[in-house]
Amino acid sequence: MAPKPGSFSTSIPYEEKKLKIVGTEPADRPDAVDKVTGRARYAADYNLPGQLIGKVLRSPHAHARVLSIDTAAAEAVPGVKAVVTRDDFPDMAVEHAASGELMINFKDVTRNMMAREKVFYDGHPVAAVAAVSESAAKKALKLIKVEYEVLPHVIDVEAAMQSDAPILHEDQFTKGVDPTPEKPSNIATRIESKLGDIEAGFDQADLVIEREFRTKPVHQGYIEPQASIANYTDGGQVEVWTSTQGHFVFRAQIAKLLQLDMSKITVTAAELGGGFGGKNNVYLEPLAVVLSRKSRRPVKMVMTRDEVFRATGPTSGTHTKVKIGVTKDGRITAGQAELNYQSGAFAGSSVPMAAITVFTRYDIENVLVVGHDVTCNRPKVAAYRAPGAPMIAFGVESVLDELAEGVGMDPVSFRLKNAAREGTQTHYGPKLGPIGFVETLESAQAHPHMQEKLGPNQGRGVATGFWFTLGKETSATLNVGEDGTVNVIMGTVDVTGGGRSALAMVVAEELGIPTEKVRVKSGDTTALGFNFMTAGSRGTAAGSMATVKASRDAIQKACEVAARIWEVETEEVVWEDGHARPASTNVGDFEPLSLADLARRAGALGGTIAGHAELDVAMGGPGFGTHIVDVEVDRQTGAVKVLRYTLVQDAGKAVYPKFIEGQFQGGAVQGIGMALNEEYIYSEKGTLENPGFLDYRVPVASDVPFINTEIVEVPNPMHPYGIRGIGEVPIIPPIAALSNAIYHATGVRLRDHPLSPPKVLAALDEAAPAIAAE
Amino acid sequence: MKKVHISTTINGDEVDFLCEPTQTLLDVLRDELHMTGTKEGCGTGDCGACSVTLDGTLVCSCLVLGAEVGDKSIETIEGMAQGEELHPLQQKFIDHVALQCGICTPGLLVASKKLLERNPDPSEEEIRYWLAGNLCRCTGYQKIVEAVADAAQEMRSA
Ligand code: FES
Ligand code: FES
Repeated sequence: MAPKPGSFSTSIPYEEKKLKIVGTEPADRPDAVDKVTGRARYAADYNLPGQLIGKVLRSPHAHARVLSIDTAAAEAVPGVKAVVTRDDFPDMAVEHAASGELMINFKDVTRNMMAREKVFYDGHPVAAVAAVSESAAKKALKLIKVEYEVLPHVIDVEAAMQSDAPILHEDQFTKGVDPTPEKPSNIATRIESKLGDIEAGFDQADLVIEREFRTKPVHQGYIEPQASIANYTDGGQVEVWTSTQGHFVFRAQIAKLLQLDMSKITVTAAELGGGFGGKNNVYLEPLAVVLSRKSRRPVKMVMTRDEVFRATGPTSGTHTKVKIGVTKDGRITAGQAELNYQSGAFAGSSVPMAAITVFTRYDIENVLVVGHDVTCNRPKVAAYRAPGAPMIAFGVESVLDELAEGVGMDPVSFRLKNAAREGTQTHYGPKLGPIGFVETLESAQAHPHMQEKLGPNQGRGVATGFWFTLGKETSATLNVGEDGTVNVIMGTVDVTGGGRSALAMVVAEELGIPTEKVRVKSGDTTALGFNFMTAGSRGTAAGSMATVKASRDAIQKACEVAARIWEVETEEVVWEDGHARPASTNVGDFEPLSLADLARRAGALGGTIAGHAELDVAMGGPGFGTHIVDVEVDRQTGAVKVLRYTLVQDAGKAVYPKFIEGQFQGGAVQGIGMALNEEYIYSEKGTLENPGFLDYRVPVASDVPFINTEIVEVPNPMHPYGIRGIGEVPIIPPIAALSNAIYHATGVRLRDHPLSPPKVLAALDEAAPAIAAE
Repeated sequence: MKKVHISTTINGDEVDFLCEPTQTLLDVLRDELHMTGTKEGCGTGDCGACSVTLDGTLVCSCLVLGAEVGDKSIETIEGMAQGEELHPLQQKFIDHVALQCGICTPGLLVASKKLLERNPDPSEEEIRYWLAGNLCRCTGYQKIVEAVADAAQEMRSA
């Protein structure tokens, strides 16, 4: 029988002990000085001798058959060294793989990086050119002749689900319905998650509210556009430097897509200029490698911002329905939701993850969640910080707010009454372990923010969020230098810039040496065993499991060296405070030996002190958060001003608290941007109308207030330090919290995202007669 | 495309370069002079990652043509620290964790330095409005604002 997945995965139980380093501030951050002086090297900062510049020709149509591509004139442009199209890439069969929090299918990945039969969205690549200069490459792009047969397109999720909608994939039949339909559909998959008896649950309720919500796609908006540089050498070796959240996963994908041996490919993750889930997918890398192979020169490709918006993953636009029932005394008896999520051009949205999060913050006995993954003529979606969760939290937390009011409870007490705790049965499978949700609600309730007075047109909103801590493959190597200082090679990408410090602190704590003696850097794909990408808030949580294991491995070796010096058994040596000591006075009267003492002598006593870990870290230790926001609504313009914002979240154990505060603030501000301004706007023709920061407006410094943060620590039982993932939860509650606050300021509920001035104004106008009549 | 020859001053050094008439100052800095500390986030003047000063004026280098900068004085992030010694703003950005991924940091530092030259004692609101042209997607701006205010205070008392 095949082993159960996860049965070989590693978790190290929580060890309660006094910590000296974890939970403080590191003496220095290894990446910081290079970043403030401009010396840090991001992917676009790499250059190789003799490099060419690569550029991509993209579809101007939302949906079209590609009848022919003529590259002859482009190839004749002086300075053009290679042109590639679909003919330069092998076709792929259906094969699924995990890539971050979403699943990919190689048949689609190859079609997404370079269109084959059809183009599916405005911005879909159809050809790529490498030339000696950017101007020559651009000139060549203009001379590529593509003959299209334009097809009807569909942009929005509800339209795409209609039976008469233009169909993107003629071979896509809805999975998850029995019997499998005979007609192709844009609904790629239907999923369902159930608990108890939903009808009986609603029968027990005294008050049932059902509402419908819509959200627009938003983009991760990382400031660094995707960039890659590839060098295919004459010996068939491939080197790639790129902007990625997972270089090992990218290596695997490049190998598969181009049918190369993995061992011949080295991928180096450059310093990352923001990802938030958006750099979990290959776009440029395979094109750059093939252009390099064809031209026999290194090829550098950097996306423009326009390309980033048009062709890299935004998150799903959604249509959701939420129905919840409560008893008079405020007990939730049933929760039902339908999640219709755009996946863009190819199947595979975040709907499976989103479906799991719908009601998981609450203890509800009867649940029914149905999800649909829907293809439409937009770029293929990518993960974006807790992918899919903010949109459904918008629906659920808005309905909860209405219900709380309906039963006459304040929003926090209502949530506390129904909060999930240790032992709560989730609707997707497991029972929850020790979690800190109640603690976040209690801290929120006691927070001074709750006592602040509100003026006219001001209102307060509350909402909560839940997300997982992903485990998965994680490797690390630790080498102790002859002077006792330590190099750690990590295989996960430091996506935030604080990850290296956090891992250094954990290693320093384990070894009992100062953090400045530990240097952590990311290794390329030849340096370590496979590492899954930094996704699912796993960077520090899973990364530190590997570094703890590697540290303990090195300590074992250090103790062996001490035993040889003292001529005793290794078991008679213990490691304490950075020193090997005799385990008891019976062993002998030896002076403790420091790591530096041992490292200096290790060479002649068995070899260098080093430690390794190659783990499949178990998933666990989910994170919960509660947000409070106060807004003021301008009734003339519909503008919503955020007056104050407070975020409380369970971090399990905060390794580097100041950095965690920064991630909380950053996540909340992304959520505020998502809530109030950001949206993809499409023309009638199906082309993106706002592919730039001028019209796709992310929050700027003057848009947002200070964000109060409070860290709650309920240790993750599956981690030796109790660490939970923290990066994603902060983006989940803001849309709901803001919408609730707007309601309490104005009496008007918004269920159509974004909560932008025109929408707010329209809702106020619509409600005006009703409110006046009251 | 025929290139033009330009002589100018960057961070106090005399510099000569050739550039195509369509290349921006940002392209010249990054691609011709390999001064990659100045970043490109958008190329359209909307993100501030490419901020430099040109004869003392804060500009988006992606909106200035390389061919226009002859005989000017340009300051970039590479000129901010004095040898080993970081500028107080750089140090405060590190101390306050005002950077995560760091891609926005050079632009924010150049813009903040200009702010403090004009206004050594800016209010929180003045800092936020001055920096409104510099996007940061990681930090939520709070620690940046705190770092600038703290650096201003230190520079005033120096
Ligand atoms: S790159 Fe110049 S403003 Fe964005
Ligand atoms: S620190 Fe990443 S964009 Fe500012």
